[in-house]
Amino acid sequence: METNLCVAGFGGQGVMTLGKFLASATCDSTDKNVTFFPSYGAEQRGGTANCYVVISDDMIGAPLGDVMDDLIVMNGPSLNKFIVTLKPGGRLFINSSIVKDKIERTDVEIVEAPVTELALEMGNAKVLNVIMLGVYVGYTEVVAPEIVWGTVEHKLGSKPKLLPLNKAAFDKGLEIGRAARK
Amino acid sequence: MARTFMKGSEAVAEAAVRAGCRFFAGYPITPQNEVPEYFSRRLPEVGGTFIQGESEVASINMVYGAASAGVRAMTSSSSPGIALKSEGISYCASARIPMVYANFARGGPGVGSIQPAQMDYFEATKAAGNGGFQMIVLAPSTVQEAVDLTVKAFELADRDRNPVHLLADGVIATMMEPVELPEMMPEEKVAEIRESKKNWALVGHPLDYKNRAWIQPGQWITTKMQECNEEAAAMYESWKTKDVMVEEYKVDDAEIVMTAYGISGRIAKSSVDILRNKGIKVGLIRPITLNPFPTESFEKLDYSKVKAILDVEMSIPAQYATDVEAVVRKRCPVEKCLCSGGNVMSREAVLEAVMKIAGQEA
Repeated sequence: METNLCVAGFGGQGVMTLGKFLASATCDSTDKNVTFFPSYGAEQRGGTANCYVVISDDMIGAPLGDVMDDLIVMNGPSLNKFIVTLKPGGRLFINSSIVKDKIERTDVEIVEAPVTELALEMGNAKVLNVIMLGVYVGYTEVVAPEIVWGTVEHKLGSKPKLLPLNKAAFDKGLEIGRAARK
Repeated sequence: MARTFMKGSEAVAEAAVRAGCRFFAGYPITPQNEVPEYFSRRLPEVGGTFIQGESEVASINMVYGAASAGVRAMTSSSSPGIALKSEGISYCASARIPMVYANFARGGPGVGSIQPAQMDYFEATKAAGNGGFQMIVLAPSTVQEAVDLTVKAFELADRDRNPVHLLADGVIATMMEPVELPEMMPEEKVAEIRESKKNWALVGHPLDYKNRAWIQPGQWITTKMQECNEEAAAMYESWKTKDVMVEEYKVDDAEIVMTAYGISGRIAKSSVDILRNKGIKVGLIRPITLNPFPTESFEKLDYSKVKAILDVEMSIPAQYATDVEAVVRKRCPVEKCLCSGGNVMSREAVLEAVMKIAGQEA
């Protein structure tokens, strides 16, 4: 069993961090093989950024596949660029706050979450990636939600002030992801 | 031992420190900037020295100097930066200085692209500088292997008094993967290697003209230069019997044998079982040492059964394939599955290439 995930969005949306949280959680708490591979241009903010996470019971070939099982898109350009890589029956997670395009494909599962708006409602635009991480984990359970949260908690260890906000963000995402499963 | 989730470039730097490396000089270049960044933080913690040189040329010569004083020393760069270091590398080889340098290769030629590639095979294995010297060239295909081979590189360098080259690529540099790191070498051992095992090193021997240490990147007397080269040649020859490292995966009954090194090697390996499930008898020869070349792995193939060998390589034109062709000597066709310029080898392309040879539709 191998899961290929691509997370794509604007630089600054926390796309890399989302991928790293998920991959680190897999490394820390399972026996599975896992890789994280970042891909971005020279810019830090405003350009496009995407990363690949592969989680597998077997050895992993390329840390970036041609065909994605799962795709998280945080902005419009990412949807247009990566939708073709999603396999039939694949799972598409959309930041519906800013991705307004109609999805032409009917052969994929679609989970929509307005993570930009939700983050703003929570008082910090930066947690949109943690909400989306919750959505993804809640929907797919590729790694147990407690394990993923444990890793986020550990990584934020030096900034304990941020924990309650991130926990609320993660839980909000989980709720949306789990509800979408039903 | 616990797994740590690490970026390849940082894992290589940590492995080097744990193997006793106490000097690093380098100059930034994508995609391996995390190597100097990591060393800059880590080396002062263990009493080592990090220098960001003013150029690649300066950096390699700083390594030349530090290693001449017996310290385990390293530099790293990416393709065009490695080319700039070639003079210093050749001097180290001529002066028989043990040092380790890593190339996290990117697209070429010239400034090329900043994305991963395997276009420095010839440079690494045939002519890393002037003068026909050779080095052991190690090609990791995973972050774990990059860690293990970094440790090995320092051991081999000291054993031979010769530079050792770690030829990785931009994927290995930037990807993160779980690794088990080696134990930290105790400080006494680090000191012992420098002080008692390197009687040639410039560590400030007493003023004893007869027995003084002497480091020299060349000889003024031609007969002496020839002797040095003969001695080096004998050492290069000895690697062929004692230092070849290769992974052979499901080769025994294979009718199609893929061969690939580094990042392409792991992509090819992950294709083997997918293809076997389709009934195609395929295997893989993955060199871990590019020099010495794993000649025996190709010699022992049963060419009455092997239909073709498929070179999988991120270089156009193919480079590694020419060494494969030289050892296969037309006993079967050597087909190629190539990409270049910063594009990472696609497993779909590998599957398609094998299926085409097998006469199956993709």
